[in-house]
This record gives sequence, structure tokens and C-alpha cells, in this order.
Amino acid sequence: MRKDRDSVVRYSAGDRFVHWTVALAFVLLALSGLALFQPGYFYLSELFGGGTWSRILHPFIGIVLVLFFAQMAVRMWRWNRLTPNDGKWLAGIRDVVVNREDRVPAPGRYNAGQKLLFWTMVTTIALLLLSGFVIWRPWFAPYFSPELWRVAVVVHAVAAFVIIAGIIVHIYASIWTVGSIPAMVRGTVSRGWARQHHGAWYDEISKKEPGA
Amino acid sequence: MAAIDIIRRSATSTAPPQVQQAEPSVAKLIDISKCIGCKACQAACMEWNDLRDAIGTCDGTLNNPTDLTSKSWTVMRFTEVESSTGMLDWLIRKDGCMHCEDPGCLKACPSPGAVLQYRNGIVDFDESKCIGCGYCITGCPFNVPRLDAVDGKAYKCTLCVDRVGVGLEPACVKACPTGALMFGTKTDMRHEAEGRLTDLKRRGFADASLYDPPGVGGTHVMYVLPQKAEMYPGLPPNPSIDPLVNFWKGVTKPLMSAVLGLAALTAFFHYVTVGPNDVKNEDDEEKRDA
Repeated sequence: MRKDRDSVVRYSAGDRFVHWTVALAFVLLALSGLALFQPGYFYLSELFGGGTWSRILHPFIGIVLVLFFAQMAVRMWRWNRLTPNDGKWLAGIRDVVVNREDRVPAPGRYNAGQKLLFWTMVTTIALLLLSGFVIWRPWFAPYFSPELWRVAVVVHAVAAFVIIAGIIVHIYASIWTVGSIPAMVRGTVSRGWARQHHGAWYDEISKKEPGA
Repeated sequence: MAAIDIIRRSATSTAPPQVQQAEPSVAKLIDISKCIGCKACQAACMEWNDLRDAIGTCDGTLNNPTDLTSKSWTVMRFTEVESSTGMLDWLIRKDGCMHCEDPGCLKACPSPGAVLQYRNGIVDFDESKCIGCGYCITGCPFNVPRLDAVDGKAYKCTLCVDRVGVGLEPACVKACPTGALMFGTKTDMRHEAEGRLTDLKRRGFADASLYDPPGVGGTHVMYVLPQKAEMYPGLPPNPSIDPLVNFWKGVTKPLMSAVLGLAALTAFFHYVTVGPNDVKNEDDEEKRDA
């Protein structure tokens, strides 16, 4: 890993491995899930070997996602606690989206938008896991009632919708904020990137550097 | 039944074939007051459809098997109740697919063409297209379809679509020794039911009624019920497709697709109008650090 003076480490190799495993599982889940949710997307099931294979594979991929996401969630939990500054950041969201983030309070390791996405992910994945078990055939669904299946399919669909919408925002934000994709691919960001997007975090890590 | 007879298929939004004239819809009439619980219909169903269910267990009633399965498409349900006159009343209901005019299974199924409705009203499954998700069971107001443990496909009564298509009555109707089961056009069966209800009411069954629930658009399997519908376990008095199923398979699909599509488009146009959020003072910083 590069450790020269111009870059700072943001994600370790382990962080990146876990993130991209979750990302890959998410894409597979979204494609197979949309195929089962909306007949207009049923053709996507061909990517998985047909409707039956989509139905069989989807929940197992879901378990993979949950296992890896759980590690991510535990590690990132403390960096995603909301603070009063986050309220000011959100109040200034109009400045942020037009690239005037210098007008809002400097965020720490994560800004308020990222934190909200984190909690959205935690909530929806928990809901998807629970409702998914209720409708997982043939293994678990027989233990539940038709009334509960009907609640679970709606919860599963709505939670999936929210998380897909959230991930669209997440992916776009990483494209929009130049330097974010390299951060998750190679692990480092430039000092300028850290100072501009996560000023409070940059100040914190600068103090810990030898010779600071 | 031919493909041209299919008027509705699951997970399909385009028009079905419509060149043929409307066909009179069919119905099976089950007169519970004439049923003696002999299970000839169950045996005939097994025989005609080549089904041999595993030998089950006895639950203390005459229900055998105790529930519908992927290999038992019709089951007699026996219930002992005390009648209004203090006598024992033995209610025997032949359970199975009701062949709804508005089928919840068809609405819920995500696989195009796995659930079909024919011009004559029969609702049938095409197991070759079934993916085994069980959504049909979730959508069914009567809890009828069953997944097979071995092949993972959903099964239910076909109303002997293969027999009806060549002018025969369903196997269960053919086997019934008492006339409790009848088959014909729905109009004829409703007419037949009226006569039977008149007879039942004259004999003191004040609550007797025809079960052809409007909540699912009527059914192509109807009961003549001597007692109130509530008396028969597992028979919903006013069935309809659950509002949650309607929500899940209705407004959510186009709405969610539209919002997700708009989100992606908004992102794209944000990029081409506002542009990327790049580091502004990288050069300054490099000079300073140098």
C-alpha cells in the first residue's frame, strides 16, 4: 500500500474485500430480486439460469450479503453516530449538491448523507433478512402463516426498493465525488480530498501522524 | 384446452387471444347436504390424475389426508358440530381449488404463464413454468396450492381441464354416487342450486345458501351450504384477494420502477449539469507540501 506523504489510508485491504463482496452480492440480489418482483424484469432471471435458479439462489446470496455486511456494520458503527453538525450539514444540502461543500460544517470520517445511508442499509438489511426467512421456500416459509407471508412480501419489496434507491444514490455519489472510487479500490485518498470532503477527519488523522 | 383458450396468464401485461367468441363458463356444484363423505371423489382424483400420496397419519378425525398436498388435490374435511336443535351435525366439505374468476394465485405469480385462466373459467398451473416461489399460496384466499417437496413445483386441482376440454365432466363428479357433485355451465349450476336451496329451506335449513363469493368475482366451484359459511373450517365467509397482495402486485410495481428510473436519470443529469465534485486546491496543497 502506498504510504507516501501525499496520500492517506482510508480503507484497509480487509475493508475493501468486505465492501466489494457486499457490493457483488447486492448486485446479484437486486437483479434476481427485481426479476421475481416485477414481471417486466423477469428476463433478468435468465442471468441466473432461469426463474427457478433465481428463486433458489437469491436467498443464499442474501445470507452471504448479511454475513459480510454485519462485519462492515460493526466496524463502521461508531463512525456513523449522528452529531449536531450533521443536522447543519443536511440543512446545507443545497450547497453540497452544487459543489459548494465549503459552506457546510466539515464532516468527520463520514458526512451526514453517508451516515443516513449507513442507517438505511442497517435497517433495510435487517428487514430484508427477517422477511426473507418468512418467505424462504421450501425451507422456512412452511413455519409461518399466509397472513404473515403477505406482510413479509410487502416488507421485503418495500425494503428492497428503499435499499436499491439508496444504493443508486451511493453509487452516483462515488462517481460524482472524484477520488471516492479509488479510495475503495486502492485504499488511499489524497490529502486534498480528505481535507475538502472530510475536514474534521483529516484534522484528526493529521494530529496522529509522526512529526505532526 | 388449447393456447387460444387462455384468457389470462400470470406476469403478463399484454392482451390475451380474443378472436374466439366467449364460451359459457363452467362450474362444479358441491351440494354439501347430499355428501355422505365416501371419498369416491378423492379416489377418482387420484386415479384420473395418476397421483398416489404418501400414507399419512390419523389426526383423530376422518380427514385423510389431513390437508391438501401436492398429490392430494381434493380432501374431505369432516367437522362435528352441535346444531341449533341440539343434535349432532356432521359437516363434510370437499376442499380444493375454487377456480376463482379473479384468482389470487394468478395475480401473485411472478413467472409468465405459470398460472393460466381458460375461457371457460378454469384456473390451471403450468408446472413447466413454475419456479417454486410459493407466491401462489401467498396470493390464494383459500390457501389451496401446495409445493411438492421433491420437484419444488406448485400443484392444485385442475378441474380436470383435460377432461372438460373434450366434453367430459371432472373425474370427481363422475365418481360421486349421490349427486352431491354436479358439473355444467355456471348458469345451469346456479339454477340447479336454487332448486336445492328451496328444498333445503323447506326442510328447515334456514341458513342454507349458495357459496359463490363475489369478493373473488365468483368461483367456478360453488357450494350449496346447508349451514352458515362460518361453520365450515377453512372456508372464508367473504374471501377476496388480500389488500396486502393487491398492494404488492399492484401500485408498488410501476411506482417503484418509476422512482428508481428517475433516481438514475436525476444522477445522470446532475453529472452533466453540475458536474463532478473534484478536489479544488490539490495543486496549492502540493506546492505547499513540496
